[in-house]
Amino acid sequence: MRYIPHTNEEIQAMLKSVGLRSVEELFSSIPESLLLQKPLKLPPPLDEQTLLGQLESIAARNHTLPMNRSFLGGGVYRHYIPSTVSDLIRRSEFLTPYTPYQPEIAQGTLQLMFEFQTMVSEIYGMEVANSSLYDGSTALSEAILMAIRIGKNRKTVLLPESIHPEYTQVAKTILKSFDEHFVTLPITKEGTIERSSLNDYLNPDLACCVIPYPNFFGIVEDVRDIVEKIHQAGGLVIFSVTEPLSLGLFESPGALGADIVCGEGQSLGLSPSFGGPFAGFFATKQTFLRQMPGRLCGMTTDNKGKPGFVLTLSTREQHIRREKATSNICTNQALCATQITLYLTLLGKEGFKKLAQLNWQRTEYAKQKLSAIPGVTLPFPTSTTFNEFVIQLPKNADVVLKDLRIKNFDGGISLDHWYPNLDNAVLVNVTEWNGKEDMDAFANALKGSIQ
Amino acid sequence: MEFPDDLKYTKEHEWVRIKGDVAIMGITDFAQEQLGDIVYLELPAEGEAVEQGEPFGVVESVKAVSDLYAALSGEVLEINDPLAENPETLNEDCYEEGWMIKVKVSDTKEVDSLMSCKEYQAYVKEEQA
Repeated sequence: MRYIPHTNEEIQAMLKSVGLRSVEELFSSIPESLLLQKPLKLPPPLDEQTLLGQLESIAARNHTLPMNRSFLGGGVYRHYIPSTVSDLIRRSEFLTPYTPYQPEIAQGTLQLMFEFQTMVSEIYGMEVANSSLYDGSTALSEAILMAIRIGKNRKTVLLPESIHPEYTQVAKTILKSFDEHFVTLPITKEGTIERSSLNDYLNPDLACCVIPYPNFFGIVEDVRDIVEKIHQAGGLVIFSVTEPLSLGLFESPGALGADIVCGEGQSLGLSPSFGGPFAGFFATKQTFLRQMPGRLCGMTTDNKGKPGFVLTLSTREQHIRREKATSNICTNQALCATQITLYLTLLGKEGFKKLAQLNWQRTEYAKQKLSAIPGVTLPFPTSTTFNEFVIQLPKNADVVLKDLRIKNFDGGISLDHWYPNLDNAVLVNVTEWNGKEDMDAFANALKGSIQ
Repeated sequence: MEFPDDLKYTKEHEWVRIKGDVAIMGITDFAQEQLGDIVYLELPAEGEAVEQGEPFGVVESVKAVSDLYAALSGEVLEINDPLAENPETLNEDCYEEGWMIKVKVSDTKEVDSLMSCKEYQAYVKEEQA
């Protein structure tokens, strides 16, 4: 099979028809200074067998630990995904079509997206959800943009320090020209939002306040007082949820008064896989429906009275509204959303709650076990957490984590890089993958590593 | 298609009913027909300023979303709240029940730039051609 689509004769014919003599002439508008003048430093060509051998030896250098030996979280979570999910998602009807959700064509896919939206709405406790966005961090950026659209002349955006630092980075990148209106809210000694810091911003310029739920330290805080204050000032409250499984145990953002809820869907049926592809969740109140980014699948009846599914409200999107579109989002994460729907369907309502309880219980065990090690402390001892918590070590966190890796443990995420005030802090995540014996073994290994 | 001759018209297919320095605005029969089933309407708040030729709101049909352009500059005195709740009224009665905003006109000279019924009819004919 040839991988060069055009023969020399064809290239000559095409050049002739546009009145050019050479390919170089075709690209002559590219400035000389941008052109690479020397050949690329590439090894000579290889046959398939040799190439495969080389790639395999590179792949063998990857150091992969079993899920139960890992305590890594921080926005991406290891949960057990039943084989049925991966088996179903690989069916070619799901896996291979491009834009399988074309209006009115694929009724099955549209129904599935409708179910997905229903599940997201129920988990978040909100009235409407879209059929997914790119991921949790871009969903947050879209939520902020939406709040600014609704607020019209309101500009201030409050972002607590306890939100995932990479989410803040993404939001500040997407809203770069708006950067000056971002205000960072400090955190208390308990890792929660410093309430007094709100007071300066409760004015007619307040567009929205973002509440991480649970926050980056795994803490689930009662934020009803914040919601009330923001609403009194006329601002909107955005909840950002990185671990939606927590909502199997804790009050939903909707019940707490959220106006917009967004977040990451990865933990519900997608593997961590180096950080993607994931799916962003996005939900809001019925009142704000037309300001919501992304696409929606609706249920209707056809002219014969039969139920059917349609893509709806796409008139707000870029392909119709051009520069006046609600957002730049013109698509969704249909395959990932399908996988999440499969996972949630298998898990069921009760399973969702039970799994959340299991995660919380195991984490509480790990918390006790690790903080009992002499020298290891909990910087936020009284805060309620879900399946993640912070420990402080008597030694440099990176050094300890490196040592743990030699002992075949991924011990967590070092926080020094983002929170220099939290000396030697490590974010530890525990899921149903980590059994009692894994946690005990990890505690022993940690004990050794800090000595 | 109906175009009452006591109204003034714009190239963006809005109509204006002028009484003294108060103007009532809406969209024409031609506009509602082109849009098809209207499902949503976004209007400004009372007290907001509108400017001739600039968008003051949004009308959404099953086919498209379009901006609404102010025929004259001024301050919004009143909006048609029942219409925002039942935007489909626009398809049935765009000149009476379907009025959108009432504006206190800041510069009555702007009226000169608007089209008469006759001029607008000719304009629509041209658009359709």
